[in-house]
Amino acid sequence: MNLIGEKISYKPDEQFHLNDVSFNFKKGNLYTILGRTLSGKTTLLKTIAGLLNPDQGSISFEEKDFIKIPVWERNVAMVYQQFINYPHLNVYENITFPLEQRKLSPEQIKKDVDEALKTVGLVGFENRKIQELSGGQQQRVALARSLAKKAKILLLDEPLVNLDYKLREQLREEFKRIFSEGLSQDTILIYSTTDPQEVMELNGEVIVLDEGKVLQKGPAKEIFENPSNLKVAEISNDPPMNVLKGSKNLKNVNFENISLEIPNHFKNLEDKDYNFGIRASEIKLDENGEEFEIELAEISGSETLLHLKRGNSKIIALIEEVMNFKIHEKVKINFNANKFYAFGEDEKLVSSPYGGTNG
Amino acid sequence: MSKLYTFLKYFFITFWTVFVVAPFLWAVSTSFKDFQSVNSKVTYIPWLDFEPTLEGWRVLIKSPAKGGVDIVEPYFNSIFVTCTASLISIVLGTLAAYALSRFTFKAGFVRNNDITFFFISQRIMPPIVLSIPFFIFLSTIGLLDSLLGLVVVYIVLLMPIAVWIMVDFFNRVPKELDETALIDGCNPYQAFYKVVLPNSIPGLIVAGMFCIIFGWIDFFFAFILTFTEVQLLPVKVVALNSSITPWWSLSASALVSVAPLIIVAFIVERYLSKGNLSGALK
Repeated sequence: MNLIGEKISYKPDEQFHLNDVSFNFKKGNLYTILGRTLSGKTTLLKTIAGLLNPDQGSISFEEKDFIKIPVWERNVAMVYQQFINYPHLNVYENITFPLEQRKLSPEQIKKDVDEALKTVGLVGFENRKIQELSGGQQQRVALARSLAKKAKILLLDEPLVNLDYKLREQLREEFKRIFSEGLSQDTILIYSTTDPQEVMELNGEVIVLDEGKVLQKGPAKEIFENPSNLKVAEISNDPPMNVLKGSKNLKNVNFENISLEIPNHFKNLEDKDYNFGIRASEIKLDENGEEFEIELAEISGSETLLHLKRGNSKIIALIEEVMNFKIHEKVKINFNANKFYAFGEDEKLVSSPYGGTNG
Repeated sequence: MSKLYTFLKYFFITFWTVFVVAPFLWAVSTSFKDFQSVNSKVTYIPWLDFEPTLEGWRVLIKSPAKGGVDIVEPYFNSIFVTCTASLISIVLGTLAAYALSRFTFKAGFVRNNDITFFFISQRIMPPIVLSIPFFIFLSTIGLLDSLLGLVVVYIVLLMPIAVWIMVDFFNRVPKELDETALIDGCNPYQAFYKVVLPNSIPGLIVAGMFCIIFGWIDFFFAFILTFTEVQLLPVKVVALNSSITPWWSLSASALVSVAPLIIVAFIVERYLSKGNLSGALK
């Protein structure tokens, strides 16, 4: 009874948009697809919806071959990153549109639409024109239309990306509530995003996608704690995880003429060269620390992002207060060695502070 | 500086308005004049300078047997040919444009853009190049000097305009709108007429307006492809100019033939000024 994709490939031009993607989505679960732009997230969702037919591979749902069923008979719902609604219809008509297509009784339609409007908080907006609504409200209408359909597969393609910061935060909170109470137990929810924070907050099963390939699958916590390789570590962190080329010996971790005491989880590692990974938030300003040169300092909300350089290494540090720095100024920082990751020369995870390895 | 700008702005607007409107006013006044008031001296003000007469207008509806020119039949011919050709062009052109905008065609080296260009290239050619093939074509199928023949030719002339405008319009309607309609349970035909078409009304109006204007003002093909059986308005109006030019009926017929376009312009202007022609979809 699951939505199963096997070895799906889609290659409309020289590049793979999807490359050997397999999945097994179970009912009642939330799946997030994490990947940068052009990683194939939208292509995957469109393939599931039936808007694209893969060149290879199969998709089955409830034991039926999904690829043979045309889009309009698949009973899926999709919310796009652009706010797509029917401009010639008002809010109420927009939400009833798919229900009328399915020839439901007027009483049933009214009940479903009212329920959906309530869930997304648009009661009282029934007769508004779409053009009169703000971006966030337009996206709510699109979401309400998808919810009212009670589709068995609900696809959300970066639904928050075109909203401003404040609205995004607010709608993200609401999404969590809607997903937990507004969905029935036999809905499969698939949510794609570029934002690692969204993935962590939604806390579902994650698929990390890059250049059409699945890099890692697993629960959000697992992806965060044990990214299987450098690419995943980069994609699943914002700012991306810092990578420092260095080596490890019996007592120390060495990079850029810096020597740190070896953390416990590195004790059993072979002595050789590694790519060390450290999150921007695990770097602190420290009078007794190592000297780096500031290349750029950006203030974002209540945090300051420092782009630092030393030798050939460039790193980003996340300082949790607003501070003013001069470019080319020297600062001293300290690394939290206990949070170091080690990736091999082949970029695969070798050791993580949370105990995971990739063999 | 800004005062000078305002002054210049209004100066040029006024100048241009006079430049455009003056010939119309002159035609209106001339249409009420008789032979005497046109040919003796320059006259401007009715009742003071000259005695207005309806003779110029009456001639237009009198049959030739009674010394009139009878533009009523050519008038309705023109309306019929223009409207029929425009309607068919819009219907076929919109369908073609939708296909060109949404589907990918491949035939040898030919792609969507080449097909669109092929349509537009029909308008790039000077009409005189087309006249001989059209003439031979119509005489072969026996439609020379007939309304149907003119409709056929006008469709060839007008459809490129419709395709061109509608391709551009559909390209600005996000593809995701059609896709959403498909996901919401419409088959491709329902998606077109339930979602895409209702959102294309502004584009259809603009395309329709251009078709009507270009169909209505065409003189060249109407002149070449008709003789005695069928006459269109532009040909008839020009034919008024014989050895003695009857300026009064010429002015009257010119005004009558411009009238439909002015009405179309006023209707369309309401849509244009509402600003919902291009901004209908974000």
